[in-house]
Amino acid sequence: MAQGNDSKSVIRSIDWATITLYLILITWGWFSVCGASYDFTNPDVFSFSTNSGKQMVWACTSFTLAMALLMIEKKFYNMGAYIIYGGMLLLLIVTLIIAPDTKGSRSWIPLGPVKLQPAEFAKFAVALAIGKYMDKYDFNMNNTRQFTRLIAMICVPILIIILQKETGTALVYLTFFLVLYREGMTGSLLFTAFAAVVYFVVGIRFSTDTISVNLPVITGEFVVLILAMVFTTIMTWIYTKNELALKVMLVGGWGITLLAILFSVYVIPFDVCKIILFLNLLIVLYLVVLTFYYRFYKYALIAAFAAMSTSFFYICHTMFDHLADHQRIRIEVLLGMKEDLRGAGYNVNQAKIAIGSGGLSGKGFLNGTQTKLKYVPEQDTDFIFCTVGEEEGFIGSAGVLITYLLFIWRLIALAERQPDTMGRVYGYSVLSIFLFHLFINVGMVLGLTPVIGIPLPFFSYGGSSLWGFTILLFIFLRMDAERNIKRQ
Amino acid sequence: MNRHANESRKFVIAGIALIIVVTYIIRLAFLQLGESDYKTNADNNAFFNNVIFPSRGVLYDRNGELLVFNQLAYDIMVVMREVQELDTLDLCKTLGISKQDFIDRMNTIKDRNKNPGYSSYTQQLFMPQMSSKDFSIFQEKMFRFRGFYVRERTIRRYATNHGAHVLGDVAEVAPTDIEKDPYYSPGDYIGKQGVERSYEKYLRGEKGIEVLLRDARGRIQGHYKNGANDHKPVPGKDLTLSIDINVQALGERLMKNKMGAIVAIEPKTGEVLCMVSAPSYDPRELEGKERGKHMMEMGRDPMKPMLNRAILGTYPPGSTFKTTQALTFLQEGIINDQTAYPCSHGFRFGSLKVGCHAHGSPLTLEPAISTSCNGYFCWGLYYMFSNRRKYKNVQQAMTTWKDYMVSMGFGYKLGIDMPAEARGMIPNADYYDKAHKFSWSALSVISIAIGQGEVTLTPLQIANLGATIANRGYYITPHVVKKIHGDKLADSLLVKHITKVEPKYYEKVVNGMRRSVLGGTCHAANNPWYEVCGKTGTAQNRGQDHSVFMGFAPKDNPKIAVAVYVENGGWGATYGVPIGALLMEQYINGKLSEESELKAQAIEEKVINYGTRER
Repeated sequence: MAQGNDSKSVIRSIDWATITLYLILITWGWFSVCGASYDFTNPDVFSFSTNSGKQMVWACTSFTLAMALLMIEKKFYNMGAYIIYGGMLLLLIVTLIIAPDTKGSRSWIPLGPVKLQPAEFAKFAVALAIGKYMDKYDFNMNNTRQFTRLIAMICVPILIIILQKETGTALVYLTFFLVLYREGMTGSLLFTAFAAVVYFVVGIRFSTDTISVNLPVITGEFVVLILAMVFTTIMTWIYTKNELALKVMLVGGWGITLLAILFSVYVIPFDVCKIILFLNLLIVLYLVVLTFYYRFYKYALIAAFAAMSTSFFYICHTMFDHLADHQRIRIEVLLGMKEDLRGAGYNVNQAKIAIGSGGLSGKGFLNGTQTKLKYVPEQDTDFIFCTVGEEEGFIGSAGVLITYLLFIWRLIALAERQPDTMGRVYGYSVLSIFLFHLFINVGMVLGLTPVIGIPLPFFSYGGSSLWGFTILLFIFLRMDAERNIKRQ
Repeated sequence: MNRHANESRKFVIAGIALIIVVTYIIRLAFLQLGESDYKTNADNNAFFNNVIFPSRGVLYDRNGELLVFNQLAYDIMVVMREVQELDTLDLCKTLGISKQDFIDRMNTIKDRNKNPGYSSYTQQLFMPQMSSKDFSIFQEKMFRFRGFYVRERTIRRYATNHGAHVLGDVAEVAPTDIEKDPYYSPGDYIGKQGVERSYEKYLRGEKGIEVLLRDARGRIQGHYKNGANDHKPVPGKDLTLSIDINVQALGERLMKNKMGAIVAIEPKTGEVLCMVSAPSYDPRELEGKERGKHMMEMGRDPMKPMLNRAILGTYPPGSTFKTTQALTFLQEGIINDQTAYPCSHGFRFGSLKVGCHAHGSPLTLEPAISTSCNGYFCWGLYYMFSNRRKYKNVQQAMTTWKDYMVSMGFGYKLGIDMPAEARGMIPNADYYDKAHKFSWSALSVISIAIGQGEVTLTPLQIANLGATIANRGYYITPHVVKKIHGDKLADSLLVKHITKVEPKYYEKVVNGMRRSVLGGTCHAANNPWYEVCGKTGTAQNRGQDHSVFMGFAPKDNPKIAVAVYVENGGWGATYGVPIGALLMEQYINGKLSEESELKAQAIEEKVINYGTRER
């Protein structure tokens, strides 16, 4: 096949819908950076001394970068995936060694006037590498050895980035588990993660109050133990369909728990948690017995889940008590246990005030008093969504969210139409990363998720992140453009 | 690989994205479209509510002399964004601060923990309360310091160095005050003690407000709705105190180096003419910037100069209390003019003995008062509490007795218009039932007849007793404010309280008190100008006795009733009588005679040594 013909058909096959959404988001983002960093003493938004001027440069270079990336064939990534991955690991390690300490983090490499953060770029390397690995002919998610290697490929960069003290960026890598889920990883793992978050939030949030005089139990402990029992029972039913086991758990577990609660409420109040804890331990024991009786490994997994769930509250508590003060306070503020408007809660509270003041249609471009008068810190980077909320109001901010939703859905469609696993895995990696950033960043500004310093793609000021997201996206768009070409 | 194996999971992932976006949009709707606190908070940031402080009401004494007034002071403010090309050295020199001080102040402003409302676009407090003298130097050079502004504040000034406890002071509001009353915001001033506190609502006036609009640059754009929401400040109301500052000054002078209290009341009106608590302090020490330092020093002083002993100190009234007993026994018919009780160096009953000094025996009421005979009043109480024809049991007698005491203003707060007041102690039947497990008699409680034992009164209550006797049977709630300019006094301060004893019996006690001045314990109070009535007290104490005097003058149509309480002053005649007499002279004659002036100097120079123990 002639190279020229290929190129033409490839350019014709580029998904212009995604590129349009990309351009809309970047432009919208640039206006927001203008709004957030605008300084009335320096009204020239294109001046290189302002953040808006710099962001314009970053955007233009991103477009060039995008063009270049569209020229690089998929073959290249296919062959070079592991090399890129290895090189990126090396770069991360080098960064860890040579990077100067900036506000406690060692992740920025100064290059002349600008600084680069390799952790932002490493995501695409991981995405390529796991894509390539899963594209192997004999790859099977249920093969423990292969699965372990896959997990290792994701976790090694996480560890290095954690050592660089960029916990927020490291958390982004957890989104690869969403990709693994799409590729066949059992949903119970995701569910376990979800359960862990629920346990943690409920357990810590309600770790001091009791339910009532007649039910003198610690609310958090009580709810977590009950949830552990319920989740275990449901899992047992779904994964084994063992009716006997179900009946045993319903009668022995739920039944006795109910009796204990009724006894506490109507006869003599006592700490019901002791009983439930004991019952949960019995259920764990029962599942272990079943494992040996039926010689079926799923019972063992459920037993492990039940044991972990039951002990989670106590482990969390011990760990929580041993956290450093500022970390504990952050968590307490997030969970609404403390109102700390001067310390950790200040940013979030000011952010909510700024957004709330926007109303339906906002105050208009450059007219946001909250953001202009610098009530919100870090407003052109992590808290950029405040400016959108204040100046463009509900219409604008909901518009941003909907545009993002369309963007992510479009990427799902693109990923699904890939002819090979590599393309699909890579596509899902890209969209999962965008989704995670959106989830954490906007959630944090709205006071719904923890304050983790990660940028809102295309909106937050900064070259590294803009380049990183552009690279991530355009490698995928080129792969997608080649979907109609038969693999050689 | 079978590419369609898990394809349906794309819906799960697309669903997760949808759930996240929908949740966030709902949250946005709640924040932006609902009526939430966040909106009002944002309004606070965008509107600029320029508060205009009203002038606080000033205080005069009963003769119209100015006591407390306001003076302008200047807060230096800074807008960080506008500070450019600052000659730090020049600024420091002009303000009289060190370079380090300057750096510290700037850092404090920028520290969000110490200054949560910080914005580099708005005025921040750089230096509070500059005097006009210092300010005039700064003002000349102000044009050189870009970004520095001035905010006018008024601070409280004192024209007198007397009456600190009555006048009280003002200071910045505490967070608890802000919580209790939404009128206050951080940095406002509030009365902390004395009249400044109890009349805070009248003195403070009402803050005015200008609602100004700010644009995104923090610039003022003008009045919101053309000033429709603005309102002017209402100045605070001035007060005329009932205190005569000259009497007050004399009282403080006489109590120098002593501990105790003096209260003088105009019997007809209940107006407090002077309220001295010793040791005292100069109210000027609590003005302005030095307040904190002096407060701390006084807090550490074991003599507790901040404590207003006149209304918060509770003491055994000693023999001054015998007048109340005489009134009770007369009204209850226990004694009459002719009743005579023996006293052989005291009251003896079995093994019980209450000592007394040498005087004729047996004796009737008037000489008993004038010689301050312990035996007489102990017998009186004994016969009252043992009278089973009149009272079913000792409890009933006790209750009757207590009702008399309460009707005279003891055992409960009198209701003076000061922020705090002690109630003293008048025991009742329950009290002794508990203490003696129901087995007690007149003999168990005999010492209450002579103002000892469980009975305690505040100096104000003792002075009020003098006023009640002067009025022959009633008192008006004592108060330190005579007039609120543009308002009327609270009704509770003008109530006439009539005791349970008829005026004719009061007349007998008045005669007894007159006799004690003419030829009894109070003869030092006698003078040629007007008829003084008095009663000494020598309140027993673990250490040296307390010296007490209660009296009034003139006998007919009385103008002043006085109580003097000098801790560990010994005999009532030692300090109580001469101090009381001097105060009466100062108030009635308007000045002291030469002879009295010498006496005053002698008393002023006397020092009672209290050691350094905590009291």
